[in-house]
This record gives sequence, C-alpha cells and structure tokens, in this order.
Amino acid sequence: VDSSRPSDHFDQEAAPQREGIIQPQLGFVGTLRFFWRQLTSMRTALFLLLLLAIAAIPGSLVPQVTSDPNGVIPYKAQYPELSAVLDALGVFSTYSSVWFSAIYLLLFISLIGCVVPRTKHHFEALLAKPPKTPARLERLPGFTSTARTVDAALAVSTAQALLKRQGYRAEVYGESVSAERGYLRETGNLVFHTALIGVLVTVGLGGGFGFTGQKIVVEGSAFVNVLGNYDSFNPGRFVDGSNLTPYRILLDDFDVRYEEENFAGYGQPIDFTATVSTTEGDRTAEATIKVNEPLHIGGTEVYLLGNGYAPVMTVRDAAGEIVTSQPVPCIPQDAQLFSVCVLKVPDGLEEQVAFRGLLYPTTGQLDNGALTSVHPDLLDPTLSLEVYAGDLGLDDGIAVGVYTLDTSSLTEIAGRTAAEPTIELKLGDRVDLPNGLGSVELTEIPRFVSLEIHRDPAQGWVLGFAIAAVLGLLTSLFIPRRRVWVKVAGDRIEYAGLARGEDPTLDAAVADLAEKHRRSLADRA
Amino acid sequence: MPRSPTSPRSTGGASRTGLKLELVTDTLAQYSLVLVYSGMAVYALAFLVYALDLGRRAAAEPAASTVSKSAATASRGSTALLERTELLTEIAAKPTRSRYARIALALTTLAWLLHVAGDALRGVAGGRVPWANMFEFTLTATAIIVGIFLLVQLWQRLEFLGVFIIGFALIALGVATVNFYVDVVPLPPALQSGWLVVHVFVAATGTGFLAVGAALSITQLLQARRTALGRGPGFLTRIPDAEALEAMAYRVIVVGFVFWTFTLIAGAVWAERAWGRYWGWDTKEVWTFIIWTLFAGYIHARATRGWRGSRSAWLAIIGFSAVVFNFTVVNLFFKGLHAYSGL
Repeated sequence: VDSSRPSDHFDQEAAPQREGIIQPQLGFVGTLRFFWRQLTSMRTALFLLLLLAIAAIPGSLVPQVTSDPNGVIPYKAQYPELSAVLDALGVFSTYSSVWFSAIYLLLFISLIGCVVPRTKHHFEALLAKPPKTPARLERLPGFTSTARTVDAALAVSTAQALLKRQGYRAEVYGESVSAERGYLRETGNLVFHTALIGVLVTVGLGGGFGFTGQKIVVEGSAFVNVLGNYDSFNPGRFVDGSNLTPYRILLDDFDVRYEEENFAGYGQPIDFTATVSTTEGDRTAEATIKVNEPLHIGGTEVYLLGNGYAPVMTVRDAAGEIVTSQPVPCIPQDAQLFSVCVLKVPDGLEEQVAFRGLLYPTTGQLDNGALTSVHPDLLDPTLSLEVYAGDLGLDDGIAVGVYTLDTSSLTEIAGRTAAEPTIELKLGDRVDLPNGLGSVELTEIPRFVSLEIHRDPAQGWVLGFAIAAVLGLLTSLFIPRRRVWVKVAGDRIEYAGLARGEDPTLDAAVADLAEKHRRSLADRA
Repeated sequence: MPRSPTSPRSTGGASRTGLKLELVTDTLAQYSLVLVYSGMAVYALAFLVYALDLGRRAAAEPAASTVSKSAATASRGSTALLERTELLTEIAAKPTRSRYARIALALTTLAWLLHVAGDALRGVAGGRVPWANMFEFTLTATAIIVGIFLLVQLWQRLEFLGVFIIGFALIALGVATVNFYVDVVPLPPALQSGWLVVHVFVAATGTGFLAVGAALSITQLLQARRTALGRGPGFLTRIPDAEALEAMAYRVIVVGFVFWTFTLIAGAVWAERAWGRYWGWDTKEVWTFIIWTLFAGYIHARATRGWRGSRSAWLAIIGFSAVVFNFTVVNLFFKGLHAYSGL
C-alpha cells in the first residue's frame, strides 16, 4: 500500500502495462529506493508478520534456555544428534537467535518506514480543508436526494451547521458542503503502530538495564541485596551488579495453609505467606510476601516463587564435638514435598563424608515397603540418609554443584550397597556413623523460600506503551472515517458519502443526515 | 495438634462444618453437571433443526439474498457504488426467519440458559469464578461462544451458522465433560488474584468472537468455491454471498482481536505479579503471541493486493485453529508455567 494512504485502504490491481515500454536504469540510489519501497510495502509487512508467527513455533516445541533451563539438559541427552543441529541453529534460545531477531527487526524497520511518511501525510491532512465537492454525487455510496423547499444559501448553511454538530469538518464550496470526519481513526492507527515500536524499544532497554537473581532463604535467616549474597544473578547488558541498592530481608516465618475440608483437594496448599522484616537504610518494617503479592523494596520486586524444607543436620566427630550444624535446603520432587538434598562435610571428620538425604515430610509406606510422603505438611517427618566417605573432589579447583553428588570416588558406608543400612532419622534422633566417624542428628526442620529478585526500570514504560497501543487499536478499528457531501442541484438537494476504510454504517449515516437536514429545513420554513 | 498422618480422609471429616460444606459443594457440582447435560441434549436437538433448516434452504428456489447486498456495499468501501432504488428495496424487504430457523434459535436459547445456569452453579459450588481449570474454562467459553452467536442474530440473520457453532459447542462440551472433568478444588495460590476474573474472562470472550468469525470464514470459503465452480451445496444459494460473509467475518474478528490483545496484556501484567516477569516466552505466551500475530496478519491481509477474499479467510481459520491448539495441545502436552488444567 502506498504509505500515504489511510491504513485500511486496499489496493486495486494496477492497470496492465502496455508492452514495449523500456524502463530507465535504476542506478545505485534507485536500487536502494526500490528495496526500501519493497520493504515498506504492505505485502512485505504481511509476509514478515506471518513469518514471525511461524518462526515463533520451534521455540515452543523445544525447551528454551531462558524459560526452561532444566529441560534443555535432558532434551540434549535424549536427542544428541538432533540437538547438535538445533544448537547450531540456535533453537534452544529461539527468541534471541539471529534469524528470529532478523525477522522482527526487518518487520519493525518496515513499520517505521510506513509510519513516518504516513504521520507526515496525516499531519498535513489535519491542517487541510476537506476536498472540493465532486461534480456528480449520484454515483457515490448512499446517494439520496430530496426536493428543495428553501433557498440554496439557507440549505447549505443549515447543512454545514448540522455536519459540524455531528463532528464533521464542514467546508462550503459554492452551493455545496464538503465534510469529513474520523481523523481520529488514522491518528489511532499511527498511535498503535508507534506504541508497538515503543514496546519493542523499552523491552530491549529494560532487559539491558535490569537484572534478575535468585536466593534461597531459610526461616530465621536473611537475604542481603549485595552481589555475593545471590545464589544466581543474571544481569542485563549494562548492569554489573556492583551498585545494588543495599537492603536486608529477614525471613521471620513462612506459613503454609493446606486444604483440610475438601476431600478432592485435601492436602493441596491454599496459601503461602512469608512474614519478613525489612531493613533499608535506617528504616525497618514488617511485610509479607505472597505468591501474587511481591514485595517492592529498593527499586526491586521480590517474588515468592518456591518453597521447601531445609533440615538442620548436626554432625559430630568421634569426640562429640560439633563439626557442622546448618540448614540444608532439600529440593522438592513431588506435590507431597518428598525432597532430596546433599550435605558435604569436607573437614572435621577423619574422612571426607557426604550425606544424600531423602526427606518425607509426612511419612507413609508403599506396598513394597519403600517410604513415601503422603502430605506436604510436616506432620510425621523422616529423613533417610545414605552416607558416603572418600574424596569429595572439592580440592581440585573444579566447580561442583552443591545439590549434586558425584559418587565416583566415594564409597558408600551406609545405604543400599553398604554393609550398614540407610540411616533413618526422626526429629531429634541422633545416630552414630559407621566406622566410628562420629554421629549425625536431625535437630530441626525449618522451611525455606526461594525468592526471585527482579529489577526492570523500563517495565512501567512497556505497560504505558501497551495501553497506548490498545487505545490506538480501538480508535483505529471502530471510529469510521468518511466524507459526506450535501449539494444543491437545481430544485433538489443531493446527499452522498464516501468511506475511507471499513465503514459498514456509511449508508445509514448518509440517510440519517438527509433526514435530519430535511427536518431542520422544515422547521426553518 | 494431633493429626493422623496417613489417612487424609479421616482428618478431612474431623471438622463438622467442613463436612457440611463439602456436601454442599458436591451437591451443587452434581446439579451443575445435570444442567450442563440437559443443555447438551437440547443443543443436540437444536443442531438437528439447524441441519434441517439448511436442507430446506437447499430444496427451496434460489432467491436474491438481501443481507448480502447491503453488507457487500459496505465492504467495498471507497469504491462502493449503489443505486438509490436498490437500497430502498433492501431496507423495506426484511423477510422473517423460516419456521425451522425460529425453532432452532428458540431451542438454542433454552439450551444456552441451561448451560449458563450449570456454569453459574459450578461457580457457586467452588465459591469463585467458574473458569479455574480446563473443564470450567470450556464450560464458560462455550457458553460465551453460543451467547455471541445468539447476540449476532439481533444484528444479522446468521442462523445458518448454527450448524457450525452449535456443532462446535457440542463437541467442546462433550470433550470437557468426558475428558476434562475435575472435582471442585480450592484455588492454588498462583490463581488467587483478581486477574483470574479479568484475564481469563476476556480470553474466553475473545475466543467466542474468533469462533464466530471462523464459522463465517468457513462459510465464505464454501460460498467462494460454489461461485467459482458454479455448483455446490444447495443451501449456499440461500445465504449471503462470499463478499458479504467476508465483511461480517471481518467485523466479528476485529472485535475478537481487540479482546485477544487485551488478554495478552492482562496476561503479561498478571505474569509480572505471579511469575516475576511480564514476558518470558513460556509456551503459552508463545502461542498467544502466534495467534495475535496471525490475526494481525489477517487484518493487514484485507488491505493487501491479492490477499483479500479467500486467502484472508484461510488466515482467520488458521488463526482460530491455533486458538483451539493453544487451549488443548499446548495446555496438555507442552511444558510450561501456565499449567492450570487441573488434570
């Protein structure tokens, strides 16, 4: 579509070109102009739009590094050959891949190339008068005529006043009125498209100047907003995490309520409330964080995204001296919060020792005798421990995950493959370790919450542009833009209209105008 | 507090008021289901009568369609030409619906009232809006689709869409009651938000408009094919021509598109509250975006040379297929955060 046309004008087929015309050479600038015209044409925009829809599909079929990092690793293990191809194409991060970015950037360039000249054209149209009345109205939509009973000047001035009251710009040309309304339609269209550009820019900026981070906090302990205190930290391109707003969030209590009255939903969590004490500068306050109610503090939002149990295991050496006594967060495996955790004790005992713990918050037994959890609340907890001794591999300078245990250079000393059985602890139980290494005690089982700390300075702007886009969309789709003419032709008065874009009510509007005009003339006469 | 750890049911009944509430919830949910089944039976009857109506149209002599011309004029926009005399006859001659059509619409209205009552009762049983899982969403969305179908009857004579719309609603309700049914359970914390009311309702309404639009587009394609081939199902001679159907489809889909845009934005705002970011290319977000892009394409296609007509109708149908895909396949088989099917 020619960029100076209104948004919903549609092209007619061009008249067939006569043969034998030799077109001039385009030259370099001409070629550039040709490509620019192609890029900003409606056909290309439509093609890019549909291509964008198709290009978005693979990212929903294959786990994405950004939204599902834990899904990517098993996927790659399951389909190694396919994954190599997908990796080369960047499908695991589709939405930041070169090809996906290329499509939407081209689309937005095309959009800008369309919006800018149209804005200029619309601005000129806003300043201009409605065009001259066509010579022959009877070929136009909604044409109707009535007998003239008053003099021409009165008919014309009454029509002008009537049209102005109906929101038209009405201009008198000789013995006729030319009127146009619905400029807001094009304004809305331009606002919509410009707002989309605004959304794209602010989303990009927000990603660059913001960050997200995660932190597991156990009841009774605190999170401090400094880089070193995060479990993981994903900064934007222009952020290094060195000047975070200092604040402190102490988790006083984490309360979970479970459904107890509805059989079908029995045991389902129905409320998570983290009660916290916050300290920002010298101000302290009490606050709560819930699933749909993040905490706003220090320019960041703090979300409650997960929870579980962090049993405190007290390990003593052979002499009874405490080697370690700290909460160990266990990762939930199912809805009943059966959870697993790993505790590594590199120093203090005669050998390096590791525990793999399986926590059953409410212990039940399967038919085969294996333990299971039957309720997520801490009603009857059991912690079963497999104990390993040997080399933990922590001294090689290679990063090792705290939640994983590599048993390749360890020997199981209590558990399924060892002489000693798996250690089973109830709350307060203390059991001796094999080989006279010492003892382990299940001291207490506090809960932990996993917090997500998020800062996006451009978020409000994105929302603002999104709202502007909706408002623009509404006006551009539902405000009709039309021209209407009232013309004195001899002893008759003629009426006709012309739609600019979709306008299903044009005929009714012209008929209504003719009727109103007839009545107001009758009043005058 | 001493509580039995092993048997959930034994503790569930411990509270007397809890037990009573539980019984009320169960009973209401049962009544709700009975109403929905009754509605489905009446829908099935209505479907038959719609089909008979189409058959009758096929048998009758072809007559000039009245709806088509006024709408066609509108659709041609700036180049539309119309003789004054033609317009007058159109306004004057507004024939009444056939007896079959009136019976079918009456049955549909009755079935719809049963359906809405069943849906409302389900909401009462849960003490919340009846769209918190796939079963409830299907119940509500189909009620909205049929509601929009009935609403557009006041605007245009579109009872011939009944076969598509009621057929679709019946299949959806059948799948919902057989495959998606879940008991009333409390809302998980992630859904405890005012946005549940807004975001999901708007999504259901958008789906309703897009469904009616897709039905119009399918009819438009059939009509265009009949015109091109010069032969086809007889009932098509008694309904508006392809251009008029396209104009109506466009008007309905544009409304659906606005609702879909709002769904997308409301979803992003809620995602920011509940998931900690407003956009993360979660599978549900991806498909909602794809659908939005397809319908944006549809609107642009109507202004692009060579894309008006059947091609844009195909886009509308593909777009609505993506809506159905997003609700069924993406919900059930794709991994993502938006996992509220209750299944």
